[in-house]
Amino acid sequence: MKKNIPFLAIEGRSSSYYSLLALLGAFILASLGAFYYMEHHGHYVTGMSNQIVWGIPHVFAVFLIVAASGILNVASISSAFNKKAYKPLARLSALAAIALLAGGLMILVLDLGRPERLVIAMTYYNLKSIFAWNMLLYNGFFAIVIIYLWTMMQRNLGKYTRIAGTAAFLWRLALTTGTGSIFGFIVARQGYDAAIMAPMFVIMSFSFGLAIYILILMASYNWTDRPLGDAIFNRLKNLLGVFVAAVLYFVTVYHLTNLYEAQHHDFEMFILKDGGIYTQLFWVGQIIIGGIIPLIIFYTPSLAKSRGLVGFGALLVIIGGLIQVYGIIIGGQAFPMTIFPGKEVIETTFADGAIATYIPTLAETLLGLGGFAVALFLIAFCVKIMDFLPASLADKDVDPHYKAS
Amino acid sequence: MTQPVNTKETTTDLYRRQFLGKTAAAAGFALAPGMLLTEIAHAKPADEAVSDKNRWGLLINTNKCGSGCTACVTACQTENGWGELNHSEEHSRASQKAVWIRKVKLKDKQTGHVQSLPLMCQHCEHPPCVDVCPTGASFKRKDGIVLVDKHICIGCRYCMMACPYKARSFIHEALQNQKVHSPRGKGTVESCTMCVHRVDNDGTPACVEACNAEGHQAMYFGDLKDSNSAISKELAKNGGQQIRADLDLNTGVRYQGL
Repeated sequence: MKKNIPFLAIEGRSSSYYSLLALLGAFILASLGAFYYMEHHGHYVTGMSNQIVWGIPHVFAVFLIVAASGILNVASISSAFNKKAYKPLARLSALAAIALLAGGLMILVLDLGRPERLVIAMTYYNLKSIFAWNMLLYNGFFAIVIIYLWTMMQRNLGKYTRIAGTAAFLWRLALTTGTGSIFGFIVARQGYDAAIMAPMFVIMSFSFGLAIYILILMASYNWTDRPLGDAIFNRLKNLLGVFVAAVLYFVTVYHLTNLYEAQHHDFEMFILKDGGIYTQLFWVGQIIIGGIIPLIIFYTPSLAKSRGLVGFGALLVIIGGLIQVYGIIIGGQAFPMTIFPGKEVIETTFADGAIATYIPTLAETLLGLGGFAVALFLIAFCVKIMDFLPASLADKDVDPHYKAS
Repeated sequence: MTQPVNTKETTTDLYRRQFLGKTAAAAGFALAPGMLLTEIAHAKPADEAVSDKNRWGLLINTNKCGSGCTACVTACQTENGWGELNHSEEHSRASQKAVWIRKVKLKDKQTGHVQSLPLMCQHCEHPPCVDVCPTGASFKRKDGIVLVDKHICIGCRYCMMACPYKARSFIHEALQNQKVHSPRGKGTVESCTMCVHRVDNDGTPACVEACNAEGHQAMYFGDLKDSNSAISKELAKNGGQQIRADLDLNTGVRYQGL
């Protein structure tokens, strides 16, 4: 019987490690500066308006929150579904889940009109509000995943890992359902108002989370000269391919449903055909860059042999995912709401019936990027101070029976 | 002997009595409506909580609404201190400035019929903005008026995403020259209050008053629960539609000729 692979904190003394921390720190400082600027002046310094009320910060925040629950999947596969090969990957997965959620929530909170009143949102809950549910779900997620990590990292608590992992898995499903429902339950806007958005967000989280996980794993093993064998790498790559295909499937069903309903035809024409930038983002960004090219890379044997290309494919999944969330959040608002069915608005002072424009400013973009920086900084910092990463993920350590195909 | 005198006195008494009676009746006639009106007007003392005995609403006759007339919008701006009349909202772009009420001109896609109407918060019975608000800052009073509590609004803008009428605005910068009865804070959301400060003092919303002063008489304000109110009678007689009635929000603002 093979021995358990030891976990070992990274040394983290190299100048490149400190450069990484410094770079991420600079992004965090820049985002805090952007927050101060937006808060001091008010949101008029952003591209957001009374037509596009949620902008690029929400795109980054929702992406990170969705990815946070998805990145926990790797741990769930090991604990809830008892796949031994994933066990060495579980600690990093749980850590990254906490880090990504923290980054996403930081953006959401700092983009509030009155962030100093967060305490109100934390102490009073309108239980009919999906936002209020989400606040409970986010806080619960932190608590459950921390307990789950604890059971994994303290030797004598190992017997509770399975139950904690299963609880975390169920909680994360609820969390992403909640995030998707923020949009799915908005009846007024043609782009939302679809119950399929909740399960679609769940499958998006599988894909985005795993893509980020693969890149973090590649970077940390590459930079620390630890072996990362094909046995584990190819499993993750193939699984990501399945998730990317599943996202495409859900997107297809979502649009087919809308195409069937007469009241959503105009919205579909907007996204699929006549929406200018939103149509381009959908076909080129979301479908081709975020879906088809990664699938070709992952499933063409000659291409999939190259670690670099697979990493590039994972990066494309992330870029395509950000574009998808952009399309949902910004595209869904840019398309004019039908306030007067059967009528055309010929005069208004509030842009009724007109496609809204949105150009993100540097400040709000920096705030959004800051969320990513916070998440990556937390991960880079924690893998140095505690034993999150297995000393080796070489094939012989992960699966002695693995044979390269 | 004394009878003629008596007769005279009796006649005088009768006259005096009749005179007093008529005077009293006239005085009563003059005073009674005033007293009755006072009684109606002060149906709710200032210290009494708002109750669901009333449901305040508006009725707008689009056939009477003047095309190109913006008296209701100007009156709302003057009353509540927003729009062009508040010069402190200087940095915000046009799409960022607050709009509580706007005039919209519509053309029927089928018939080409053109109509003009004011659009503001519809004061729904089941307001989506209230459902989605995480902190309870968006709330509906028992008398049906939907408001934002500026003290607990965290500025998340979820209500703006959820409102089917785009009735709400986010304040994008610090504002000066605010009205005492209508506070407006940077980073919070606001919308038509149905001039709640007037309604609570038995007044009429500024937009309705302005429409009447302009001679259009296109807007009615009143208690939808009182079958004798002018708005209820007009609704009972000629009907009134909701905008996006398909959403079943049971709006407090109704339109005729939509």
